[in-house]
Amino acid sequence: MTDIAIELIGISKSFGAVKANEDVSMSIAKGSIHGIIGENGAGKSTLMSILYGYYQADTGAIKVHGRETRIRNSQEAIRLGIGMVHQHFMLVDTFTVLENIVLGAEGGMLLAEGMAAAREHLKALNKDYSLEVDPDAIVGELGVGLQQRVEILKALYRGADVLILDEPTAVLTPQEADHLFRILNALRDQGKTVILITHKLREVMEITDAVSVMRAGKVVGNVFTRDVNQEILADLMVGRKVILKVNKAECNAGDAVLDVKNLSLTDERGVKLLDSLNFTVRAGEIVGVAGVSGNGQSELLEVLAGMLVPTTGAIVFKGEDLCARRYRHPRAAELRKLGIAHVPEDRSREGLVKAFSMYENAILGYDDTAALSRGPLFSRKALIERTRTFISEFDIRPANALLRVGLLSGGNQQKVVLAREIDANPELLLIGQPTRGVDIGAIEFIHKRLIQLRDEGKAILLVSVELEEILALSDRILVMAGGKITGEVSGNEATTTSLGLLMGGGSH
Amino acid sequence: MKFGQPSTLPRWAQLTVLPALNLMAALLVTALVTWLIGENPLECLEILVKGAVGYGEGIGYTLFYTTSFVFTGLAVATAFHAGMFNIGAEGQAYLGGLGVTLVVLAFDTVLPAPLMVTLAILASMLFGAAWAFIPGWLQARRGSHIVVTTMMFNFIASSLMLYLIGHLLIEPGSQNPTTREFGASSWVSSMQAIAASVGLDIPATPLNASFILAIVASVLFYIVVWHTRWGFQLRTVGVNDKAARYAGINVTLVILLAMCVSGALSGLAAVNELLGSTHRMNVAFTNGIGFVGVAVALMGRNHPVGIFLSALLFGALTQGGLDLSFEKPVITREMIIFIQGLIILFCGALENLFEPFIAPLFKRRK
Amino acid sequence: MDQLISVLDSTIRVATPLVLASLAGLFSERSGVVDISLEGKMLAAAFASAAAAYMTQNPWIGLCAGMMAAVMLAMLHAFVSVTYNGNQLISGMAVNTIASGITPVLGLAWFQQGGNSPQLPDAGRFHEITLPFAEQLADVPVIGALYSRLLSGHSILVYLTILIIPVVTWFIYKSRFGLRLRAVGENPHAADTAGISVARIRYIALFWNGMLCGMAGTFLSVYQTGAFIKEMTAGKGFLALAALIFGKWRPVQAVIGCLLFAFADAIQIRLEGVAVPGIGIIPSQFIAVIPYVLTVLLLAGFVGRAIAPKSIGIPFVKSR
Repeated sequence: MTDIAIELIGISKSFGAVKANEDVSMSIAKGSIHGIIGENGAGKSTLMSILYGYYQADTGAIKVHGRETRIRNSQEAIRLGIGMVHQHFMLVDTFTVLENIVLGAEGGMLLAEGMAAAREHLKALNKDYSLEVDPDAIVGELGVGLQQRVEILKALYRGADVLILDEPTAVLTPQEADHLFRILNALRDQGKTVILITHKLREVMEITDAVSVMRAGKVVGNVFTRDVNQEILADLMVGRKVILKVNKAECNAGDAVLDVKNLSLTDERGVKLLDSLNFTVRAGEIVGVAGVSGNGQSELLEVLAGMLVPTTGAIVFKGEDLCARRYRHPRAAELRKLGIAHVPEDRSREGLVKAFSMYENAILGYDDTAALSRGPLFSRKALIERTRTFISEFDIRPANALLRVGLLSGGNQQKVVLAREIDANPELLLIGQPTRGVDIGAIEFIHKRLIQLRDEGKAILLVSVELEEILALSDRILVMAGGKITGEVSGNEATTTSLGLLMGGGSH
Repeated sequence: MKFGQPSTLPRWAQLTVLPALNLMAALLVTALVTWLIGENPLECLEILVKGAVGYGEGIGYTLFYTTSFVFTGLAVATAFHAGMFNIGAEGQAYLGGLGVTLVVLAFDTVLPAPLMVTLAILASMLFGAAWAFIPGWLQARRGSHIVVTTMMFNFIASSLMLYLIGHLLIEPGSQNPTTREFGASSWVSSMQAIAASVGLDIPATPLNASFILAIVASVLFYIVVWHTRWGFQLRTVGVNDKAARYAGINVTLVILLAMCVSGALSGLAAVNELLGSTHRMNVAFTNGIGFVGVAVALMGRNHPVGIFLSALLFGALTQGGLDLSFEKPVITREMIIFIQGLIILFCGALENLFEPFIAPLFKRRK
Repeated sequence: MDQLISVLDSTIRVATPLVLASLAGLFSERSGVVDISLEGKMLAAAFASAAAAYMTQNPWIGLCAGMMAAVMLAMLHAFVSVTYNGNQLISGMAVNTIASGITPVLGLAWFQQGGNSPQLPDAGRFHEITLPFAEQLADVPVIGALYSRLLSGHSILVYLTILIIPVVTWFIYKSRFGLRLRAVGENPHAADTAGISVARIRYIALFWNGMLCGMAGTFLSVYQTGAFIKEMTAGKGFLALAALIFGKWRPVQAVIGCLLFAFADAIQIRLEGVAVPGIGIIPSQFIAVIPYVLTVLLLAGFVGRAIAPKSIGIPFVKSR
């Protein structure tokens, strides 16, 4: 009979009309690694926020080591021995590792004594769990993997018995992820309890002892990992068999629209963000760029869209080298004129002005279109008319051109951006994370629309961290790691396994 | 602005009920202070209102002050729309006055009136714009914080003008730091004269044709900000400059232009003061109108109608306050500055403070 | 030598309120709250301290009153910035405007002297203190002159300030509160998840900000001029802010900035109406403007680059 570290009983939590958690129950055995899986918005993060004291559950109870407790804030959670490693690290970049670790647990008014004690403690922890972190390094200068270990150290230093990790591998390379798993195993062996929030089935199968599957705010299964396989978990997680296979015709690629030669981008510290890239995108094909986020895909997109200026190399668009061109207006504006449309990765901050109405967002970047103006003034009628077309063509809901875009759902926001960019009839569409934070219905719609655009003979460069999306849409796939293209695979031949290997920087 | 809790009220209520409540709060605190220094707030209010709108001259003066505040209010609002907090309207109006003075002193004996006035107006705008351009450029190109820079430019403007008026522009033989009187060809015609030409008899006050210019400027402001491409770009930059960059908007250019327009509008306040009223340059003519502009823009929520109304309020406070200080020597012009500070506090920094209290009213009514 | 000592002597005098206000700004801005209201708080403190010192004939009660007035305004700024998440710049401007309005109004109501306070009687003022052995050492070459004429003969507030500089520096870098303060200014979310109350730290920071501004204002009225005069801060709060930026938000460097600005000011007074060989008379306005021009150049990065605390001016809203 194993001890129970955490028991959640009938937890419910609503935000307005949205039920984020509904009657959630699970128990987590002491000294185990417990996975919580679910799609985006399944309520995993809300549940853990309740456990860590950020939110109060509307109803339900939490038992920690068998005792019912109320956790009103994160300090109480820490006191109960619960530690959290956030997806976005909660570290002060300008501080040293040691300073970050003692922050909030300094052990006295003066720093000197507490810091010395912490240094000793840290040495021990470093050794026990092979964390390999230098206490005097400046956190901002450490790599992502190391920063994550600083977070783990922070929790352990505060005496955490239960460690919650929120999507810890999202930002890691496979090697770093493996190292993390070794650390987690070491923690389990020392009797610590680990809660792993993730949506990656492979991880769950590889490392967890038990799994709770969440869907739409509810727990749809509490199972032992050894009793299930990936397919069963996937079924539970998604609810119905979603075949992420977009029906598409055979690729009929034409001439090269975009020809990138030896493209490099170096930041002010001399780090090569893009390292001698060479590739082509032809008319009528979708080229997908896969990779763990932070490996240069974003920078590639921004360089091509004119948001960043490359250090060296050539970007040949329909025979003209864009790098050799003289720009009189912002690059992004001139490139749009040439026929390069851009759906940025972060739609709510880069692609839209949330405070503006839909019809104003529909002209963002295209406000000089002659048909929209009467003399020096905008024709409001023309603006709204244009938006109405978008609404009907892209099935944007609610169908109100005057509505503030910030009030739309993620999927409908994305449709506004996409409608706007496609309406410009571009030769080349650059699109980043087309379905991030987008509901399933809208995903299908957006995917179909992209295929349609391809079939109309347009060139599309697709950047996405969702491998399934890349696989479903791309005719050719480029894999990036460390700013380099580590491989190119044809869309038909690629598998998650082969891509995963390339994403880790390995050779195909 | 991107601060405070986002409002959930209907738009019309945001634009009317909240500012009204904020204003009430500011006036309530003022009443409290008035009472503390031993005066009856209601009696003071009565004198103030009578002084501001109770008689012909009072109204004339009120509208005269309103004119300057409309210009500086629009100036601050223009910058706000681009996401810039320009607290340098004072210095920009000062420099606008320098532009007016230089061209008038140079040409008032040779140029005919319409040409002279037009030239002086253009000069005021040009000089004001130039003084705002530099902080704008420093912000856009060098990342200097516009608030600190414009504030420093106020101090620099003040020193510069003290020097120029005291050493170079001063009327020979004069003891006061003022220039000679401007030639009549440079005077902006008074409202009294304009009214007389259509057979109306109104009292003589400094109110002049600049008032009409202020209304024209307000209308243009509305059209430009909400119905033109540049206005669209301006607002985009102000709300989300990142999205503006991705849309290919030249953010630097928009900011620079916004600051120039802002400075030009501030400069116009000098036309009202110098060509409409004093007819000579003196060191103290701005007298805080630029700072009033901040309060006006905040209370008017950067919309020309709101700006006009709050400028009117400040015009009335200024004129009524003067009358008040005659009857109640203990209440001076500084009381108006105090109210101004309270209005900046309640309408600007705490703009949605009362929203939680009135939000339920709107929900139930639905 | 005499000239130099007297310039340095007035540098110390002018620098003292700047240093205090600058350190006040340091507390606030390192905690992530922009403070352009140093000016207003100093002015309010100058008035409150002068009024209290005049009525009680006791400069120390004046100091307390000054601190209280400044702390009250600082708490108002804290309420807007921390509790309400309002715009910190507008709040700062409101504080400045309120202070410059209310002080003459109350001044006139209480003292009937056009908004100023009456000249403080001797008993109500801070006075110069002669340090021990200053007279005996006066004749010792160099050291004697420096000690007895430069170091000795200042107000107790000056010596307190000299003491405060290392204390604040130590506090910021070596104490638990300092660590938390800096963390809150850089990444409040990190501090929050570490169980630190961001609001509490910022309120405390603004409390000390008010105390120091209060001292700075008191220095002006209860010591330097011996009376409150309308608008007597005359931009010193902004100079202090400029010095803070000059010092890149670090205490010792900010103090150096204050000394530099004060030195320029001391020279200006001496150059008034004096013909400089080769240049002639420099109008006083030209020198008065130097600190402001310098600040502009500095902010523009023509003279060094100042990197602000990362979360400055951004209201902290708990994520998740």
